[in-house]
Amino acid sequence: MTIALRTDEVTKLYGKDSSAVVAVDRVTLEVRRGEFVALVGPSGSGKTSMLAMLAALLSPTSGSIFIGDVALGEMKEKERTIFRRGKIGFTFQANNLVPYLTALENVELMLRLNKTLDKAGKANARELLVRLGLEDRLNSLPNQLSGGQQQRVAIARALVHRPEVVLVDEPTSSLDTERAFQVVETFANLIHEQNRAGVMVTHDLRMTKYVDKVIQMVDGKVTRLVNDRAQIDLLERIGGFEVVEEQLPSTPFRVAVTNPQPEMMSLSM
Amino acid sequence: MSFYLALKEIWRLRGRYLLFSLVIALITILVLFIAALAGGLANANKQLIEKLDAEMLIYQDNVDLQPTSSRLGQSKLSDMRRIEGVEDVGPLGLATATFVFSDGRSAIDISLVGVEPGKPGDPPLLAGPGLRSKRHNDVVIDQDLASRASLSLGDRFIIKSIQGTEEEFYELSVVGITDSRQYFFLPSVFIPLRTWSEVRPQGESESAKAEIVFNIAAVKLQDPQLFDLVAQRMDHFVDGIEVADKQTAILALPGYTAQQSTLNTQQIFTVLIGVLVVGGFFQIQTLQKVAQIGVLKAIGSSSSMVALAILLQIILVTVIGVGIGSLGTMLLVLGMPSQIPILFTGSTVISAFFLLLFIGPIGGLVSIRLALKIDPLTAIGLSS
Repeated sequence: MTIALRTDEVTKLYGKDSSAVVAVDRVTLEVRRGEFVALVGPSGSGKTSMLAMLAALLSPTSGSIFIGDVALGEMKEKERTIFRRGKIGFTFQANNLVPYLTALENVELMLRLNKTLDKAGKANARELLVRLGLEDRLNSLPNQLSGGQQQRVAIARALVHRPEVVLVDEPTSSLDTERAFQVVETFANLIHEQNRAGVMVTHDLRMTKYVDKVIQMVDGKVTRLVNDRAQIDLLERIGGFEVVEEQLPSTPFRVAVTNPQPEMMSLSM
Repeated sequence: MSFYLALKEIWRLRGRYLLFSLVIALITILVLFIAALAGGLANANKQLIEKLDAEMLIYQDNVDLQPTSSRLGQSKLSDMRRIEGVEDVGPLGLATATFVFSDGRSAIDISLVGVEPGKPGDPPLLAGPGLRSKRHNDVVIDQDLASRASLSLGDRFIIKSIQGTEEEFYELSVVGITDSRQYFFLPSVFIPLRTWSEVRPQGESESAKAEIVFNIAAVKLQDPQLFDLVAQRMDHFVDGIEVADKQTAILALPGYTAQQSTLNTQQIFTVLIGVLVVGGFFQIQTLQKVAQIGVLKAIGSSSSMVALAILLQIILVTVIGVGIGSLGTMLLVLGMPSQIPILFTGSTVISAFFLLLFIGPIGGLVSIRLALKIDPLTAIGLSS
């Protein structure tokens, strides 16, 4: 699998000099095409800052980010905007959809922004929504849709323009658990099926059920990387790294803060 | 893209935007109505002077350019005519009399304007042969009086004038109709100066004078470009006079400046209120949309795209509002009784109309600035 997204020693500081706060501390990671990664951690762990940098919304203080072969750090504001609309698919916690556009129009909006709204594009938008079970809600406005339906429209919008990377910000915060599972599962299926690279930021470890890799951040650092299915399932079942450690007293966990190698990070049962 | 977003939002929220357009429409009606009233009042005050076929007006010296205080005699006219650069000079006598209906309807006050037939001041005609020196009871009336008193060519009518302490009645005959030429809010009746001198209201001592006295003189120049030069000569060669151009004369009309500045102030304040109302509305609209605009920017809309969409909405809402308001004002004006001086087609109304079209974009500047400043990071709950 080719690497779709790569960061190298990315650091983000807020403020200057002595009052500077380290939000992200020398994070190196990579996501391959067809891979769905969960970025987890408590609030203040730096995962949202990381997401903002991956989305070309925020510049790293140091280090570099590549999406495909493109280095985000060297881009000007205008180039980033154009890059975002073409190469990145995005869903947000809330206020995802433009309230005065119908479900279909919201999805087509990405194609309009990219000036690729042709017949095929329209068909693709419609097809995605049908695929997500919204065939009878195509012309509904967001306020006529349930929270889950709105999230599904957002998924379609994040994928319709065939982006390199799909970023998902806390998909579960405005949904009940069952719907949240459905939404994340749908996302995972589509990311695998369409061979995109997906990064989901969540504080809810139960949502790792459908991902291929879990990256935990604490205090701006990557503290753990889990990519073994069985271990991810364990995480998901018991709901936290701390608990996992309690259950796994045999091998003390060792962390490579930067550039974590999967083999170093694996938990042994 | 901006057009698409702007129009979609307006259409989906058409109730809200229409309501707001109606607010702008009401402001428009108020501003245009005040402008029309200012125009109408100005017109009713200055029309006679403004339409004079002359460039220069001569007053008696030291009367502050007040026509009714000014007194000039026939001998001065001959002096003026001899000045180089003067084409012709006509006397203007200004007085007030009352038009009396024979059927008992309530009387109409009129401006009785004494002119010398064929000289500056004698109005151009829409109909009829006009004034002739020897026909003393012939008059030219303006359209305003013709319509209000239902008079036409050849009709006779009676005016009432106070001589000494007595009411006197004179019968006059319409030999010409000119366009509307109100003076001091009253419709005008043009009458040969000699007759004017007899019928105008006057105290008994005045009527004893031998020389015909009038108020001001209207001077037509051979070359209007040489106004200053002729004015200098006039000052130099004719004693006891003051020279003014038409604009100065109009500004000096009793109450003219005070009245116009009052109405202009009202108009300016209403426009300012309009700017603030539009500004407030779109500011609240934009504040409500901060999260949504953040998302739009995060998925790749540029700031200029979002700001342009808001600007387009502001322009559209303003144009619709001003359009409805203008139409409303027109209907309102049509329904007004003719005595209320309203001029809907005057330059004041037209400039007010264009000014109103700018209240939206000017008021909306703050919200456009706000929209430009919204950081796409707000979409994921961060701020820069």
